[in-house]
Amino acid sequence: MSDAEKTKPVELLTFQLSDQEYSLDIMCVREIRGWTRATPLPHAPKYMKGVINLRGTVLPVMDLAQRLGLPVTDHTDRNVIIVVKHEDTMSGLLVDAVSDIIALTQDDLQQPPDAATGSSPGVIKSITLLDDRMIRVLDLSQIISTLQSDAA
Amino acid sequence: MTTPDPMAEIRASFFIECDELLEAMQDGLQMMDDGEDDAETINIVFRAVHSIKGGAGAFGLEPLVRFAHRYETVLDGVRNGTLSVDPDLLKLFFRASDHLSDVVHACRDDAPVPTDEGASILSELDAYVDGGPEEQAEEEEIDFQPMGLSLDLDLGLPPLDSMDTSPNYHITFTPLTEMFENGNDAFPILSALAELGEVNVTCHSERVPPLSELSPESSYLSWTVDLTTDVDEAEIRSTFEFVEGLCDYSVSSSTASGDASEAIEQLEELPPFPDEPKPTRSDAATETEPETKTQPDPPKPRSGNGQPSNATKAVVRVDLDRIERLVNLVGELVINQAMLAQSLESSGLSPHSDAMNGLEEFQRLTRDIQDSVMMIRAQPVKSLFQRMSRIVREASAAVDKDVRLVTEGETTEVDKTVIERLADPLTHMIRNAVDHGLETPQERAAAGKSSEGIVRLSAAHRSGRVVIEVSDDGGGINRARVQQIAIDKGLIPADSVLGEAEIDNLLFLPGFSTASVVSDLSGRGVGMDVVRTAIQALGGRISIASTPGEGTTFSISLPLTLAVLDGMVVNVADETLVVPLNVVAETLTLSSDNLDEIEPGMRVVRVRGGFVPLYDLGYQLGYRTAPTSLTDCVALLILLEDGGRAALIVDEIQDQRQVVIKGLDDAFYRAPGIAAATILGDGQIALILDPSDIIANAGEHRSAITVPVEMEA
Repeated sequence: MSDAEKTKPVELLTFQLSDQEYSLDIMCVREIRGWTRATPLPHAPKYMKGVINLRGTVLPVMDLAQRLGLPVTDHTDRNVIIVVKHEDTMSGLLVDAVSDIIALTQDDLQQPPDAATGSSPGVIKSITLLDDRMIRVLDLSQIISTLQSDAA
Repeated sequence: MTTPDPMAEIRASFFIECDELLEAMQDGLQMMDDGEDDAETINIVFRAVHSIKGGAGAFGLEPLVRFAHRYETVLDGVRNGTLSVDPDLLKLFFRASDHLSDVVHACRDDAPVPTDEGASILSELDAYVDGGPEEQAEEEEIDFQPMGLSLDLDLGLPPLDSMDTSPNYHITFTPLTEMFENGNDAFPILSALAELGEVNVTCHSERVPPLSELSPESSYLSWTVDLTTDVDEAEIRSTFEFVEGLCDYSVSSSTASGDASEAIEQLEELPPFPDEPKPTRSDAATETEPETKTQPDPPKPRSGNGQPSNATKAVVRVDLDRIERLVNLVGELVINQAMLAQSLESSGLSPHSDAMNGLEEFQRLTRDIQDSVMMIRAQPVKSLFQRMSRIVREASAAVDKDVRLVTEGETTEVDKTVIERLADPLTHMIRNAVDHGLETPQERAAAGKSSEGIVRLSAAHRSGRVVIEVSDDGGGINRARVQQIAIDKGLIPADSVLGEAEIDNLLFLPGFSTASVVSDLSGRGVGMDVVRTAIQALGGRISIASTPGEGTTFSISLPLTLAVLDGMVVNVADETLVVPLNVVAETLTLSSDNLDEIEPGMRVVRVRGGFVPLYDLGYQLGYRTAPTSLTDCVALLILLEDGGRAALIVDEIQDQRQVVIKGLDDAFYRAPGIAAATILGDGQIALILDPSDIIANAGEHRSAITVPVEMEA
């Protein structure tokens, strides 16, 4: 990794999922909106919450906790949908609550140890420490693409 | 990110024009093929090729110019009677046209131009005209004149006398007394003129009276100014903006000054002076001169440079994105109108109130607007059919069969998106018809048929849908063989007893291919199942009819548009769903009188003497467990794509209305039985069902006893 890459600034949107802290690269986040009831899709995998109306377009929403195999908490008013764009596809990720936006450099991010990735390989792109809390950086492409193969 | 390059824009519009010209050319050739080889038809083809060549020259698309030129030479031979058209030459023309369109598209996409095919066609073409090497020489010369046919540019230009490259203006200026009364002065105006360019100012003092008669408050002087400048007339006139009406003035080009100086008042009525003639224009105009000299073709009518003149309608080219935007906006309008209607109704207004009447009118207008917008997107299927005629030519050559494509209903209009997405499946079906459908010439002879096989491609509007049929006059489906193959491949149980339609439907099973030998054309492992999937993705249905010895017909039924749908809004398990109205035959109320149970879990409803299988929609969609009692439930009698019927149990029928189709992102998750989604008046999303798919998938959720259900799954 060159020095330029090391010091490249990264901004992450951090959020809560089952009392754990996760984050996504802010560049892929389009907007954050409150929870609205999703229209369920028949025979969809459990983590597919369904589709919602995002200003006239149909946005698929998935429960990120369920997607990552975390214990599912009941929906509260604090639940929000993070609208993300991956390649040309928009999708919504239901999370417990959005916490903060943090600015780091590539240098601050560490590769996750292989063992830590466990049953969902590659979903965690990297991890970082912030005030002694571990924040997991999610690989959006993995979340979306694994989903496709699951659905097939 | 990059600023739009004007040249790129012109280039893009050239290629759009090329597509039109190619279409005209294909049309002409088709007409010649149909026996109309009059001079005008040949002219159309010639002009098309010629215009493409001209445009290509302007953009320096050398391979295109070279090919078009030699093609054109042969066409010219036909046009002036030195060559006569025979079927072989016509076939060559078709191939040349196909290649020409390949070259055009390769140039457009900056892709490498296919040369092998071109070389062989060119050598065949050259064989038809004498002096091949000489043509070669001509061609070189053409390359040196890439500005070839920019003749169109001189259209609308003023007569040459006004094209003087150093424009002179003759300005007369006579201040009225009022001008001075208003505090204006002549001097600032004259100095402003002097700033525009070189001026030669003459003051006319003839009208100044003797001192005794001179009124100090009157104006007697006038000026003429000869101005040499690059600015246009409007700018010169703007100098007089502040004194408009307070003076007599005129501006004229020096060439017209003879008249102008005599009739100052009339000068306002002079025809509008054209834009400043730019030097490049005169260059273009003069450059056409040597071009015509280098043209090898002596008789060159001016009309050859224009579009084919017959039956041209006034057409506006609009960026597809803009139409998309309009369609989307109209979609929003429809949704909003539905919301408004819903809130007005819930507010308890009398149906005879002004508001409700207004709403009705609004709904009617919305619908009209929607229809009109959809019509913008509609295009005749002609371009698609023309592509197919090429497929037939290539396919028949590859399998060595003599095939004639007959097309009907080319003017049938279908949504542009539908046309685009229809190309692949249709190509596949046409290839299948040529390869598998039609027999070999020997077999045809043995069956007493003409050696020329016929593939028929037709399009027609039928009750709000478009029906496209691909049929051949071949041997029909060999059902015994089809069934045997399906059994051999383990697609169906060996002991299954199938009806004719069921056997025909086996062709749509994934992994089915009847050709025992994998040919160049088909049998690449892509079967009719892919075709069916593509058609279904368009909201269409495909069916087969086949008569042994007489041929096979594939019918595709498609919605007119992918944007709106007439739907029946129903409630199932607290979810709102939309059933496409065109598949709903009728609604039924279930009672002990018409309910029967064939075996546990397999219920049927009696409809006018027939038994129709019953499916609970909520259960099929996984929304709830199967209900135990069906009495007093409402069911929709659905017409299936294979001609069968089924009844879907719903909780409640809400409404019947037009809904805007919103595509579901299949990449994310493809829900079985769901075609699309729509947004309801309350802003919630409702799913649009694909009933045939639901019933096809029903086999997975219950043990069905009917064979078609298993097959479909």
